[in-house]
Amino acid sequence: MSKYLPVLTILAGIVAVWYVGVYVMNAPFQQKLNERAGAEPTFVEFVGQTMSQPKPTLPAPHQVAVNFFENTFLRKVTSGRSLVYHSWVTLSSTLLGFLFGTVLGILIAVGIVHVLALDRSLMPWIIASQTIPILALAPMIVVVFAAIGLTGLIPKALISTYLSFFPVAVGMVKGLRSPETAYLDLMHTYNASRSDVFWKLRLPASVPFLFASMKVAVAASLVGAIVGELPTGAVAGIGAKLLGGSYYSQTIDIFAALVAGSIVAVLLVTTVGFVGRMTERAMGVRPA
Amino acid sequence: MMHLRPSWQALLAILAAVAALIMLPAAGGAAAMSGSGFALSAIALLLAGALVTSLRLRPMVSAVALFVAAHGTAWMLITGIAGGEGTAGAAYFLMLIAAWLLAWQLVTVLSGMRPASTFSNYGIRLIVPALFGIWILILWEAIVRGAGVPFILLPPPSAIGARLVNSIPILAADVNQTIFKAVLAGYVMGCGAGFAAAVLADRFLFLRRGLLPIGNMVSALPIIGIAPIMVMWFGFDWQSKAAVVVVMTFFPMLVNTVAGLAASGSMERDLMRTYASSYWQTLLKLRLPAAAPFIFNALKINSTLALIGAIVAEFFGTPVVGMGFRISTEVGRMNVDMVWAEIAVAALAGSVFYGAIALAERAVTFWHPSIRGG
Repeated sequence: MSKYLPVLTILAGIVAVWYVGVYVMNAPFQQKLNERAGAEPTFVEFVGQTMSQPKPTLPAPHQVAVNFFENTFLRKVTSGRSLVYHSWVTLSSTLLGFLFGTVLGILIAVGIVHVLALDRSLMPWIIASQTIPILALAPMIVVVFAAIGLTGLIPKALISTYLSFFPVAVGMVKGLRSPETAYLDLMHTYNASRSDVFWKLRLPASVPFLFASMKVAVAASLVGAIVGELPTGAVAGIGAKLLGGSYYSQTIDIFAALVAGSIVAVLLVTTVGFVGRMTERAMGVRPA
Repeated sequence: MMHLRPSWQALLAILAAVAALIMLPAAGGAAAMSGSGFALSAIALLLAGALVTSLRLRPMVSAVALFVAAHGTAWMLITGIAGGEGTAGAAYFLMLIAAWLLAWQLVTVLSGMRPASTFSNYGIRLIVPALFGIWILILWEAIVRGAGVPFILLPPPSAIGARLVNSIPILAADVNQTIFKAVLAGYVMGCGAGFAAAVLADRFLFLRRGLLPIGNMVSALPIIGIAPIMVMWFGFDWQSKAAVVVVMTFFPMLVNTVAGLAASGSMERDLMRTYASSYWQTLLKLRLPAAAPFIFNALKINSTLALIGAIVAEFFGTPVVGMGFRISTEVGRMNVDMVWAEIAVAALAGSVFYGAIALAERAVTFWHPSIRGG
């Protein structure tokens, strides 16, 4: 209980501040509306009005919750307005990109650990590439692939791949190098071949590092998929939902899409963490 | 008696060069590579380089020979294809592969060198990644021009460079709008607020217990999605982008600083207590300096996040200037070279930003083992 109390208090504080913000930010527009209509509501009525505008500057939490609930549970999942549908579109390209990115990252890490020339030439670039705002490439990748007739899942997944392979590569290099010299020497005394050292020592030792970086990678992958949906002209996906909402100033829709994106993110990260714990347990890691 | 002991790269390079000799001409059209004289001299250069390295002379001699052979051939291929873009035959690509293999051999030789002086050691550590970067550009240029890849799909680096030089005023205006207005303002405010919140959270355990789990969770969320809302609230100009940057940089700073403030050891804290130092004295003289590596880590992470935030926020609406605006409109007009030029500028700005923070880190945390060099 003592663990959750502070978190819940802070969350309650955020919601309270949010409601105050709703009143403050929506009041000017509501006043104008009332003046035009010649209505003179009491204060309580006025507060109620600021929290039930159809296109508020800042939607109230309950408006977002209602919108989210309606678009998630009350619509057919194949409908274009269903958040489940849009989340699935985003999730599928996230997962595909994440898969590519993880495989690519692991391959690069294996290469870096085993080939000195690759280590010296590639590693600085991998670090430097993290300083580059790669997301800026996203619209171009999508549009350029559309120009040669490749649309849909693959271009978005490529952006996710691009974003997710860096954390995996860096984490895996660290993990594959994590066995201490004593262990490597022991393998040496066993006359173990390089592949034996890799399969029996380096790879098992790298598993915790792999899952830690996969958590970062899957979050980055989702961001890549969402941004990749922006330039496609708002067809489908959480990013398209955001863009559509910003075209028509439907703030409630934007917030509901954000909630959906956040839930997807939390699910993805928790799943990776869970699979990681299961794998470690299956490999015989005892809790310290 | 000198023996030939070629490495597999050199062996393959020789095979590729010989195969290229059989497959001549290298290109058609008006290209210099369509005649055999130019191509023959390129093949001769390749073979000479591969043979010299196979003699196993001193690494330095081998490196120089490989450098000349690989880059001479690359230069000949790229200049030779001019006028005959898209007509390159198998011989052209075989020569390119041979040159690339020699460059690989060069990097292997350089990586294996153990120079005595620290200065030349440092030089090699710089040259090897630089070669890698240069070869990416060489392969890009040679393949795109040789195979005649459509300009829309991937323009050659030379065209991007030319576009970059020709549109410096536009690019400068974009950088000014996006980086000097939006990114810097948002970065300073976001990092400052995150830092202040972290010091507060460190002072009050309740706040720390509440904020840290939230901060950790938020770091996994696609915060970039608040961009359309911020654009609606703060207008199209740089203020809305700065707001996105503030939110994106706040949580990494908070989480890292809180971790850093817990980094000083209990021994040191006890020592401060025996000095009867106050909370603020301990904070300023012990705990903040001890937290510096963590804080700089957050500053580095945030430098990338800030650029991404500002550029992506511009996709949702801007005045007619800014890097994100330029990228999205030029993509729409299929001016791909301009987009690449803008990305090159963004990459440069990101690296400079990161480099400046790394330099500041070296100056501030000079005592840290990772900088002192053990």
